Amino acid sequence: MIGPFFALLKRDLLLAFRHRGELANPLLFFLIVVTLYPLGVSPDEALLRKIAPGVIWIAALLAALYSLENMFRSDFDDGSLEQMALSPYPLSLLVLAKVLAHWLVSGLPMLLLAPLLAMFLAMPAPAMTVLELTLLIGTPLLSLIGSIGVALTVGLRRGGILLTLLVLPLYIPVLIFATNAVSAAAAGLSVTGQLYFLAAMLVLALTLVPLATAAALRISLS
Amino acid sequence: MNHPEPTLQARGLECVRSDSLLFSDLNLSVKAGQVLQIEGPNGSGKTSLLRILAGLTPPNEGEVLWRGENIARRRSAFLSEVAYLGHQLGLKADLSVEENLRLSLALSGLSFSPASLAEALQTVGLTGREETPARALSAGQRQRITLARLILSSATLWILDEPFTALDSSGVSLVEAMLKSHLNRGGLAVLTSHQTVRLDGGLIKLALA
Repeated sequence: MIGPFFALLKRDLLLAFRHRGELANPLLFFLIVVTLYPLGVSPDEALLRKIAPGVIWIAALLAALYSLENMFRSDFDDGSLEQMALSPYPLSLLVLAKVLAHWLVSGLPMLLLAPLLAMFLAMPAPAMTVLELTLLIGTPLLSLIGSIGVALTVGLRRGGILLTLLVLPLYIPVLIFATNAVSAAAAGLSVTGQLYFLAAMLVLALTLVPLATAAALRISLS
Repeated sequence: MNHPEPTLQARGLECVRSDSLLFSDLNLSVKAGQVLQIEGPNGSGKTSLLRILAGLTPPNEGEVLWRGENIARRRSAFLSEVAYLGHQLGLKADLSVEENLRLSLALSGLSFSPASLAEALQTVGLTGREETPARALSAGQRQRITLARLILSSATLWILDEPFTALDSSGVSLVEAMLKSHLNRGGLAVLTSHQTVRLDGGLIKLALA
């Protein structure tokens, strides 16, 4: 059962590694959006500290959205997705491998980049820890939720706008709880409530999303 | 548990694509040692029929039976015996021939030894191309990779959509030879093609209007 999962994960990481240029795009987008704020809004430290959680999270959310489309596109175009649907193993398991690969190449680098950007926006150290925690829980959630939208729109010629409309409303709760947690941490308040809520959403998504995405892929393929 | 004889049957199939009826009340039966060639003009639903038989598309009406059981109900048992070769080859341009084969077979839980890989590549005429990325190969050679996949998959039922398209005359006789030995091993196949398929026996035809 676990063999095909790791084979697919390995394949996607290998392909991502051979397309490093494409990989860097969403990351550069994340980096550029955040670094433009001090230049475009104001270099005032107090203001930056106040807006930092929102700025970083909005940039992360948009970068995730930007990177989503590639999740199933090339597999759909070259017929690999058909072969996956014809695997005797559950498609949801293969979907989970693809989502994990997507997170490893898009979410994880953002996680590594975020402390640098937080420093750039004068974020206090305790808030930075919480920012990392929310990104650790939140970015896999973005990849998971996004996979449903991508699976539904992959068969359409111009699915980009539709994908955004489908996925964005589902991203909003993640954004609200994550930025709220970081702001609360900056103000010295407890953040366990928000973190638990995000973690609960992640567990829910981990269990249900692969099934939904697999079903959506079968519809797109038929 | 398994029906003793591998047979593929379809009962009362109906397929509607973008509001037009492609076929209805279609019945067919293929036994071990038989090849079913589906013929018909472009747009008559050959590919749609193959996708229904492979379980990729659910039919609007009717059912497909493998070893006497509905494939939708015994999906994973059915799929572990099927190899499907579609219009899109399912190859990654940036992976080498060997990586492509290894990964697509891993999806079915299969693996192969270097010796059997070399043998399969020799059969399809790609000896020494293990490390070549699929991008660097011609259309016919890429088609030959999928033939190697077919050999390594050891599936009982082959579903081949236009297997001769990009192939030269030696490729065509290669597919015919592969079909013959597949039938001798007790396999069965369904294919679409505009060409005459030369087999010693076991070829049955179905014409779509």
